[in-house]
Amino acid sequence: MLKEGQVRIPSGCAIAAIIDRKGGLINGSEIIKSISLMHDRSNGLGGGFAAYGIYPEHKDEYAFHIFFENKEAHQKCEEFLFKHFNIDVAERIPTKKVASISNGPDIWRYFGRVNRVRMKNSRLDEGEYVVQCVTKINAAYDGAYIFSSGKNMGCFKAVGFPEDVGEFYMLDRYDAYLWTAHGRFPTNTPGWWGGAHPFNILDWSIVHNGEISSYDANRRYIEQFGYKCTMQTDTEVITYLFDHLIRHHGLPANVAADVLTAPEWDEIDRMDDEKKEYFTNLRAIYSGALVNGPFSVILGSNKGLLAINDRLKLRSLTAAVKGDRAYFASEESAIRIICPDPDKVWSVSGADPVFVPLEIENKEDE
Amino acid sequence: MSIIAGLRRYAEVNGDIKTKLLSQNKVTVEDVNGQRYLGCALDSGKTIEIHGTAGNDLACYLNGGKILLYGNGQDAVGNTMGGGQIIIHGHSGDALGYGMRDGEIYIRDNVCCRGGIHMKEFRSMKPVLVIGQNAGSFLGEYMAGGTIILLGLNMKRGEKLFGTHCASGMHGGKIYVRGAFPKENLSPNIKISSLTDEDKKELDKYVKNYCKYFGQDYEAVMSKPFKKLTPVTSRPYANLYTSN
Repeated sequence: MLKEGQVRIPSGCAIAAIIDRKGGLINGSEIIKSISLMHDRSNGLGGGFAAYGIYPEHKDEYAFHIFFENKEAHQKCEEFLFKHFNIDVAERIPTKKVASISNGPDIWRYFGRVNRVRMKNSRLDEGEYVVQCVTKINAAYDGAYIFSSGKNMGCFKAVGFPEDVGEFYMLDRYDAYLWTAHGRFPTNTPGWWGGAHPFNILDWSIVHNGEISSYDANRRYIEQFGYKCTMQTDTEVITYLFDHLIRHHGLPANVAADVLTAPEWDEIDRMDDEKKEYFTNLRAIYSGALVNGPFSVILGSNKGLLAINDRLKLRSLTAAVKGDRAYFASEESAIRIICPDPDKVWSVSGADPVFVPLEIENKEDE
Repeated sequence: MSIIAGLRRYAEVNGDIKTKLLSQNKVTVEDVNGQRYLGCALDSGKTIEIHGTAGNDLACYLNGGKILLYGNGQDAVGNTMGGGQIIIHGHSGDALGYGMRDGEIYIRDNVCCRGGIHMKEFRSMKPVLVIGQNAGSFLGEYMAGGTIILLGLNMKRGEKLFGTHCASGMHGGKIYVRGAFPKENLSPNIKISSLTDEDKKELDKYVKNYCKYFGQDYEAVMSKPFKKLTPVTSRPYANLYTSN
């Protein structure tokens, strides 16, 4: 095998996303078309998608997508799940044979509600109960990885090029109001199924192009609150940061984005008093959540879509809007291939996070 | 007969272009969707006309050839180009004219971050970058030579001529800016001055070209005053870590 320095692969990760603000459904083939145009940005060691609104018939149940590496892991993980949740459906996720994807784990999904007796005894609220169950399995059950744990949404990922991963999971059979996608070019960490993007906890999912140089500072900060970084890659920490800031601290998504990408002190010095106080407070309170390094990140959630760039703008990210839809991609051509004539196209700047809220109310239990 | 790029891989499209240019001086490529390295190291006397969204590293190492793009450019247009001309009827992505050493780039609209990063000049080789609208952050970062002209045409209310950290680490060359500009976004060690007669002559030539290529009114463009931004020192970081 060629070593570092002996081979040059002209590559960097690719990310893409589409949202229909009014909740209109978009077929999976669209996002595959967009991400596959950026084929050369990934190297076949990871591809994945997150889709929101795909399980309307189970919309009030948690959808767990799980990789099992062996029978024992499968059996032990199921025992745990059946004890802590009331599971309605347990099934293999339908996949199709694709030549380039092999040696994968056994991939299952479970739909279910929390076991209320256990939850009450644990004195945790529902979100916390679910997060702790997921963390427990991923950290303590060797060979079992819950890679998707939201409601009415799901992540699909594998080792392979993203277009092959989309074909493998037959994503043209799913319709979603929000899609994100990722093509991976792993640099510092191994390419394995769990390490492909998106990373998910509850309804949050992250796709990321770049590198988190503040990873250890962020990991130390977030692990104080019970999270465990188990996926052998830097990106998962961003997922937990958002979950923590939004769910535990109740910050709006755009404020959470300002925490992660807060401006430099000399820029803060030049701001008007109100803004200066706002950013000074954010940096003082959340210094451990400040994310540094070159990155472009897209956060998917059932509330909408958030796109951020690092404050020095070291990764490319283009945005576009057309009618009710907003599009994001590492390259403009990947937007234009599915939206040839957008109303507006712009490059997301490091200083201005873009939040596209979903404008439909998430219906509570009827 | 033009070349249709469509969804074909970049190596194949670039191969077709090369083959055609063996027997003719101009080729047209249509339906371009992000194919990379178009016009790489194109020699003098050759022209490529491109329709669509050109991929990264458009006209990298350009060697005197001419690129006409009807559409938008992505990242690193004119990367390390050593001569020739790039005319873009649209906007451009990040790192436009990265390490450019000679030749001219004209962008009708705006450029994203790091336009003209580390442009350089040597004796008669003087690269020029003309931007019609405005620029993102880090314009002219580490600039070592050459000229950037920023016109600020068709800007929307509230938009700024350039983003933060403009001319950060700049130690050579010059940037001409038209009309009002955000001084707070300018890096330290950058001098703002009026144009000399020689500067005006240089500016005039490239503004005339811009107006000709994109059908703008030269008088209207020149009706607003220009300022010149130059580095105060050729070693802005000389004392960053030590005092001597």
